[in-house]
Amino acid sequence: MKSQLLRVTAIEPLSPLVSRFRFEHPEGAALPLFSGGAHIVVEMPDGEILRRNAYSLISDPLDGSCYEIAVRREDTGRGGSRFMHTKVAVGDLLRLSVPLNLFSLDLRAKKHVLIAGGIGITPFIAQLRQIARLQVPFELHYAARSRDEAAGLKLLPDVPQIHVHISDEGNRMDLGAILGAQPLGTHVYTCGPEGLIDAVAETGRRLGWPKAVLHSEVFMSPPPGAPFEVTLEKTGRTISVAPHQSLLEALEASDVEIEWSCRGGACGRCETGVSACDGHIEHHDHWLSDDEKASQTKIMPCVSRFQGAKLALDL
Amino acid sequence: MPRTEFSPSIASRPVYAGLTSQGATPAIMLADAEGAEALIDLAGQDASVMDRAHLIYIPAGAPHGPRLAALGARLYHEAPSFAACLERYRQALAEAHMGSQLYLAGTEGLIGQATAEALAAGLPADAIHTEHRGSVARRMQCVHCKGVTENVTTDPFICAHCGLTLFVRDHFSRRLGAFQGVCVDAETPGIVPPAQEIKP
Amino acid sequence: MTIRFNDETFRGDYTYHNSPEAIRRFPFPFDQDSYMYSVNIEPHAGGRAGSPFEKRFDVDEHYVSEMKDRAITLAEDPMRCQSLPHMDLAGWDFLELVMTSKAEDYPELFELHRDGDRWHWINKPMGIEQRFTFLDTTTLPCGPLEYITRQTQGDHALLDQREGNLWMDAGMITSQADWSLDFDIGMNFFEWHAPVPKAHEMGVFQRALKFLLNLQQGAPVRRLNWTMTVNPRLDTSPENYHKWGPEKRTITPETVGSKQYLRVELQTLWRLPRSNAIAFPIRCYLLSLEDLVSVPKWGRRLHRVLRDLPDELAEYKGFAVNRPTIVAYLAQFDDGEPTSPGIFPD
Repeated sequence: MKSQLLRVTAIEPLSPLVSRFRFEHPEGAALPLFSGGAHIVVEMPDGEILRRNAYSLISDPLDGSCYEIAVRREDTGRGGSRFMHTKVAVGDLLRLSVPLNLFSLDLRAKKHVLIAGGIGITPFIAQLRQIARLQVPFELHYAARSRDEAAGLKLLPDVPQIHVHISDEGNRMDLGAILGAQPLGTHVYTCGPEGLIDAVAETGRRLGWPKAVLHSEVFMSPPPGAPFEVTLEKTGRTISVAPHQSLLEALEASDVEIEWSCRGGACGRCETGVSACDGHIEHHDHWLSDDEKASQTKIMPCVSRFQGAKLALDL
Repeated sequence: MPRTEFSPSIASRPVYAGLTSQGATPAIMLADAEGAEALIDLAGQDASVMDRAHLIYIPAGAPHGPRLAALGARLYHEAPSFAACLERYRQALAEAHMGSQLYLAGTEGLIGQATAEALAAGLPADAIHTEHRGSVARRMQCVHCKGVTENVTTDPFICAHCGLTLFVRDHFSRRLGAFQGVCVDAETPGIVPPAQEIKP
Repeated sequence: MTIRFNDETFRGDYTYHNSPEAIRRFPFPFDQDSYMYSVNIEPHAGGRAGSPFEKRFDVDEHYVSEMKDRAITLAEDPMRCQSLPHMDLAGWDFLELVMTSKAEDYPELFELHRDGDRWHWINKPMGIEQRFTFLDTTTLPCGPLEYITRQTQGDHALLDQREGNLWMDAGMITSQADWSLDFDIGMNFFEWHAPVPKAHEMGVFQRALKFLLNLQQGAPVRRLNWTMTVNPRLDTSPENYHKWGPEKRTITPETVGSKQYLRVELQTLWRLPRSNAIAFPIRCYLLSLEDLVSVPKWGRRLHRVLRDLPDELAEYKGFAVNRPTIVAYLAQFDDGEPTSPGIFPD
């Protein structure tokens, strides 16, 4: 993965739990531009552990002077967001991957409908700028529990196509109404908790929308779980995966080279063959097909875990 | 006439999976000749599929009009040709919303042209349901002059526009709604293999 | 480095020729004595000095004449360059990539001066100077893809990425190995490769697609492809097949050395920033058999590859009818000695 060392030049709270981080090139060089929906992967050297978390870029895709991300502090998470909130200060240098987009706009669309839940608003901030330049019709629906939780409010322009739904204020999002009367050529993009993505998929199915125009990005970091061990077939080594560590991170910590891109179970880059499995693979990815998952012959080490007696990988 | 079974081919050649009811959602239905029987069978599976359907039929000499008209579509229209109903079809697409389904039945020429129009209007490919019935004649684009020859039943055939003798490829463009025809005697002018009937 | 640009033709009297330096740097595509499809992708991150892999967009002695030939083809058939409406942004991305790369890699031939969105481009070999506003198509004489590819050797396709697939939605295709942009535009990766035999069953396209969907900015990749062409003709389009087809039957034991060319495509793939599309330049190199056998290793190896190639591939690549003559000619230059690994001359 190509990467660059960038300086933190601003940290600004957007809500009690969410902060915006700005990164610039230490010598002021221009950064690679990107398309709306792209993410970067931030390397976090946290003591013994090197974490890598993916965050959507929220800055202007055509502005190479900086990258900006919004990070929500997850105190029960694995520690990546806590590291960003408690250990990173203005002036620090952090390594960031080049932007990669697994959630891009379909540029043929005659209209874009963007649906965000909570921190899932982030990829849409950059997409809105791209849509504004393309001058294509759009609407954005942003659902949050409370105004305090709605960190995106500070980042969104004040335009009539943006609809904010705060459930504490009794203003819930009506997906049936949103999907009920859209013109042909509309594409829908959903980002947020899995429940929201499932609800959009179910409403779309009921109304006859084909799956191919219902795009989604689950905001996923590797879920924690019980510790487990894996055996590497080619070397016979055994590697332990800690509760708050992903299998991919454990392999990296043991200097096992493995390709990766999104680290969120979406891109397929780290797909690894399973040579023996006595137990149950907890597949958390969105890459493998249901049949592949059931066969227990492949695993996505970035997000998936294992429970059982023995797991051996083709590594 | 039953649904046509085609032999396996290359990845660009369309596959007509057969019509299955998507329920009582808004729908546009378009059929020519024997394609009417596919719609009659569809309504037999699920009569409610007709409740919100706009049905356009091009009989081309087939006798199925009265039976189609009796299926209870919201709108029923007969047209003498695809060209004659094209503007009506385009307007129906322009007024449709996402979630609408398109059912196409009959010849490859009709299915190909109607699919190309629908995709251009923004209808997703997965909302288009197709079933082949009747003649296996093909709609062929000449790669040399770009003219389209309709109802091609032999391979090779003579381009109706430039007069070259073309062989029939399975390579198909969804954007054009046509197969590709390529000069059969380009390297050896005048040496043309005997024409054979196109088979499914 | 200075390049002397040839004055030559790719049609009619076919005065195309390779200098001794051009022969030595020819991208011979076979790294062993046999050939079968493979994904064979490697990073496009420079290469041996002087080779066509060294620069991002190779400029060689054929540049000016090749661009003249493209202009003739486009005047006869403007549909060889097309871009579906949503590909405009990708066209600008590609124009930027080519202009910045060429200005950096060949400063004595190309200059790019940028003041915000106001750009000033100088192409010395072609005598072009253009001031324009980046992302404003009205300030160029034609669309961005057509503008830059009238000045860049090779065919160029722009691939849109969506639905887990790549879609051939724009291109400048005037020197293709017998496929039609006008017909294939709008097709996905599997559809436009549909006529290729064998590779589908081998899973080559599934593996290649999966790799390309993850292609990163700043990390372009390349591969070589090849076919055989009679005469140094760039426009071997299906559109004009009935015009150039008869030339294919003019190969005799006396003419095969001078009229039969090995045609190599240096294909590169680049992730574009603003559009998330992939640029796919397909650069064509032509070398006559008589020039090719001046490198003994290549003469030996090409003989063995073509002799042992499955019939189906010779048919698909369109030279089955001439294969016996070609193999008989090359046999004279194969003394049975082993060949060294790799593609470069000994």
